[in-house]
Amino acid sequence: MSIPSHASAGHPPQAHSGQTHTLSVLVENKPGVLARVSALFSRRGFNIESLAVGPTEYAEISRITLVVNVADHPLEQVTKQLNKLVNVLKIVELESGASVHRELILVKVRADAAERHQVLATVEPFGARVVDVSVDSLVVEATGDSAKLEAMLRVLEPFGVKELVQSGMVAIGRGPRSITDRTLRSVERAA
Amino acid sequence: MTEQARAAAPGPQSSGAASHSHGSQRAATAGVPMSGAQALIRALEESGVDTIFGYPGGAILPAYDPLLDSTRIRHILVRHEQGAGHAATGYAQATGKVGVCMATSGPGATNLVTPIADAHMDSVPMVAITGQVASGSIGTDAFQEADICGITMPITKHNFLVTRPEDIARTIAEAFHIASTGRPGPVLVDVAKDAMQAATTFRWPVDLDLPGYRPVSKPHAKQIREAARMIAEAKRPVLYVGGGVLKARATAQLRVLAELTGAPIVTTLMARGAFPDSHPLHLGMPGMHGTVAAVTALQKSDLIVALGARFDDRVTGKLSSFAPEAKVVHADIDPAEISKNRVADVPIVGDCAEVITDLATAVRAEHAAGRVGDYAAWWAQLDGWRTKYPLGYETIKGALAPQYVIERIGKIAGPEAIYATGVGQHQMWAAQFINYELPGTFLNSGGAGTMGYAVPAAMGAKVGRPDATVWAIDGDGCFQMTNQELATCAINDIPIKVAVINNGTLGMVRQWQTLFYNQRYSNTDLAGGPGVTLAGTVSRRIPDFVKLADAYGCVGLRCESPDQVDATIEKAMSINDAPVVVDFVVHQDAMVWPMVPAGLSNDEILAARGMRPAFDGVDDE
Repeated sequence: MSIPSHASAGHPPQAHSGQTHTLSVLVENKPGVLARVSALFSRRGFNIESLAVGPTEYAEISRITLVVNVADHPLEQVTKQLNKLVNVLKIVELESGASVHRELILVKVRADAAERHQVLATVEPFGARVVDVSVDSLVVEATGDSAKLEAMLRVLEPFGVKELVQSGMVAIGRGPRSITDRTLRSVERAA
Repeated sequence: MTEQARAAAPGPQSSGAASHSHGSQRAATAGVPMSGAQALIRALEESGVDTIFGYPGGAILPAYDPLLDSTRIRHILVRHEQGAGHAATGYAQATGKVGVCMATSGPGATNLVTPIADAHMDSVPMVAITGQVASGSIGTDAFQEADICGITMPITKHNFLVTRPEDIARTIAEAFHIASTGRPGPVLVDVAKDAMQAATTFRWPVDLDLPGYRPVSKPHAKQIREAARMIAEAKRPVLYVGGGVLKARATAQLRVLAELTGAPIVTTLMARGAFPDSHPLHLGMPGMHGTVAAVTALQKSDLIVALGARFDDRVTGKLSSFAPEAKVVHADIDPAEISKNRVADVPIVGDCAEVITDLATAVRAEHAAGRVGDYAAWWAQLDGWRTKYPLGYETIKGALAPQYVIERIGKIAGPEAIYATGVGQHQMWAAQFINYELPGTFLNSGGAGTMGYAVPAAMGAKVGRPDATVWAIDGDGCFQMTNQELATCAINDIPIKVAVINNGTLGMVRQWQTLFYNQRYSNTDLAGGPGVTLAGTVSRRIPDFVKLADAYGCVGLRCESPDQVDATIEKAMSINDAPVVVDFVVHQDAMVWPMVPAGLSNDEILAARGMRPAFDGVDDE
């Protein structure tokens, strides 16, 4: 599994012949489940481009959002293998048009008092916020899809990026349907 | 599998809803106070366990105490945990029941890794119980600590770490449910020592909590009808039968379907015995060392009906040129197998017993509508290949041919006997030259190719099927990996018979060195110099297998010439109060034929060294 580096953040590697897919994987909230999921990808030869895991509205279900770059046939194969994991409840592919995808980035930018306002003006169109200020640096927080965050980083680079940290992508389908409530019902039936 | 064994099988064998009450027919047990260790043994008893192969140690010690009092479980103390694992597999493969092995933490658990991986590759239902250091010590590099759940994650169907005594019984029930339903496989339950020592309340049956485990067993009717239509329309169909048919206990249904369609059948290494070798529709085993007829039938077919098979590389050869004209119907209980290697035109997810039954019904409907497959021209070709390229072997005057030994064991012990093999040349010859008529009579390590499988697997099979004659057909290389279990057999009255096909070398590796490495025999000589010569004369024997057998309390026999073979086998067959080891000293230049060299297309099959069959017919059409 590789975590996107600064240089490649937002750039799907071109080495793969496939395309980027976003999978929402609902799993039982039990120890070791993330290891089972991520290990399955590595041993079956698939690279995870982005991974985010967190709670859902139900305490017994966690949600893993995975971004993988594969062609359709291997995607089907990896989805089937994932489904075989006993702790995996449901897998949904979130198509980009029908879902909202977001990442969070925190960037520590070199900026003294003279440059501070310039930095603020630069990130403002991206809807970013400054969350920490020191004598010669700022920490900028921004959320968005990969392309937007990448664009913001490009314009921040001339100031000098001292450090950055980026979350994995999270995604949710548009519209009223929920992928968790039906899953929960099946969990309750089983329990 | 015999009817007896089937009737004895515990628990739900067909897959059903993930959640249901799990237990035996005995009365429910409501709230009995006991220790976690007692709950563990009770849960194993309630799950139908009659035999555990195991080895005690520090972390599993609490479980061994109530085990001493169990009247329903026979614990067999092995000599190495690997032996316990393979014995559990052999037991499972011979009976269809879940095999159970037990070991302590750390090295005890890691010694189970090979048999667990082996069971995983061959979809064998197995539950492995391991002790773990006390929960408070987990993660501290405590004495004999190993993260066995982490280690076995990729080689188990599922595994559990249990740290609370109240979770023990439910986890055992879940382990047996997962191991035995859907695509079977090994499940490991790692139990912390303090959870076994603590007090709990035992209840049975328990509710399973497996919301994400929902194996599909019932095939889609539409797919079945489509498959039946394709069978009727095909000109050159082949039923490609894999181990899933044995796991699903679908051999009777398979015979009905085969005879209904009249299509030829091939049985993979894992499916030997799923269809009688004596049946005229049977072309034998496909794959790297398959019969010319079976390999070529698949290769030239226009329809492959894969039943519980997985298009393994040893069967397909070079995948891109495998059966280029064939459409594929692929039925398997594991959806991930379908279209994994070869894209299926008609995917069918379901239990083979249900798939084959439904398929037979659909084929009858096709017949009733006047659509009956006509395979007369196909059979003319198949019979031609079968007649022209039968299995055979060369004999060298004065020397003992390994194939002859194995063939004679098969003839004398007969189709009711169970044969367990190691891995290598002797395994292939046992697959080729013994006629299998019944399910559960050929046990081997197919997917993993685990040397050392034969002796412990034969031991497990004999425990599960004490009525049957059980032969381990082993090589001298394999035999030296696990023969310590002869002590277990001798002490526990498990009278297996072991044929050591002793050529003084790692025969299959040597065969590849002969064919592909200019006869440079790097590190394949087990005799340490000129040991077994072509003429069968021996300069030294290290070890002397007859003496070794004697040392282990077994009867040791030796056979070095063809004219002694039958008498020696009959002598071995006549001894039933002790394990028997027969040292068959064979010549080392015998090779396994036919052969599709690794990585090549199945079109390149060699019937014998340097002999490519000349195919007629299909190519010219």
